[in-house]
Amino acid sequence: MKWGVVRFPGSLDDADSVHALADVMGQSAFMLWHKETSLRGAECVLLPGGFSYGDYLRTGAIARFSPVMESVAKFAADGGLVIGTCNGFQILCEAHLLPGALTRNRTLSFICERVTLRVENASTPFTCAMKQGELLRLPIKHGEGLYVAPEDELLQMEERGQVLLRYVDDDGRETEAANLNGSTRAIAGVANERFNVFGLMPHPEHAVEPMLGGIDGRKIFQSIIESVR
Amino acid sequence: MQVRVFVTPRKGILDPQGRAVEGSLHSLGFKNVSGVKVGKFITFEIDARSAAEASAQAKKMCEQLLANAVIEDFRFEVDSR
Repeated sequence: MKWGVVRFPGSLDDADSVHALADVMGQSAFMLWHKETSLRGAECVLLPGGFSYGDYLRTGAIARFSPVMESVAKFAADGGLVIGTCNGFQILCEAHLLPGALTRNRTLSFICERVTLRVENASTPFTCAMKQGELLRLPIKHGEGLYVAPEDELLQMEERGQVLLRYVDDDGRETEAANLNGSTRAIAGVANERFNVFGLMPHPEHAVEPMLGGIDGRKIFQSIIESVR
Repeated sequence: MQVRVFVTPRKGILDPQGRAVEGSLHSLGFKNVSGVKVGKFITFEIDARSAAEASAQAKKMCEQLLANAVIEDFRFEVDSR
């Protein structure tokens, strides 16, 4: 499967994402410069973490207007698979490809931790290799990961199953302590209505090798790979 | 013409910065302070034929880029002096 990983000025996890996809998952993965307008045949586009455009104005607000994003929006409108991790999630929200927004962590501090996540909907292209309620251990590293959306929209999203991942404790329970950034409804990852665009604050690309503390990130990439077979 | 844009966290949206600043003000002895919000102030010059034209453009800028309607409110002033 062909993966395009977008590199914005200030992207950090672009090379790690290509490494995870190509070297670990055995995929064909290439970098797409943010000024490119062709996605070069990518079957899935990944927007990586980082601090695109220095997080100026708001996280993701400037990157959203990069030339490549017009192609990404068109690709998504045609049903193409798009995944955004961390800053990529923030960009997708700013681009209105995903509902809601990400704002300053409740604690106002940058959080770098390993968290437990519960799979809330396993029947999507991004979660289909997992079981409903399965727990994942993935790292987070962000200052602005508090997910918010209007209450009525949240209710509709819950009803449609668009909340794919939630922060929980090690026993799979939602607790305030497990929701480190203070996200509304402990939301860690959401999909759009068509379930072809997914954004999450945790970093699957940083959890693909046992030596680096876990391999649960593979399950998300594996899901996407299985979904296009 | 000069445009001054004020962007503030939307009512009902968690504003951890505002809350932290409010706590600090209280500990400084300003106990009568409440409802602190921390936002952004953006100012720019614009070449427009009228204040109305500048206003119409500023509104578009706010909606498209300067503010995020999910989490922020905006207002602006046009100074045509």
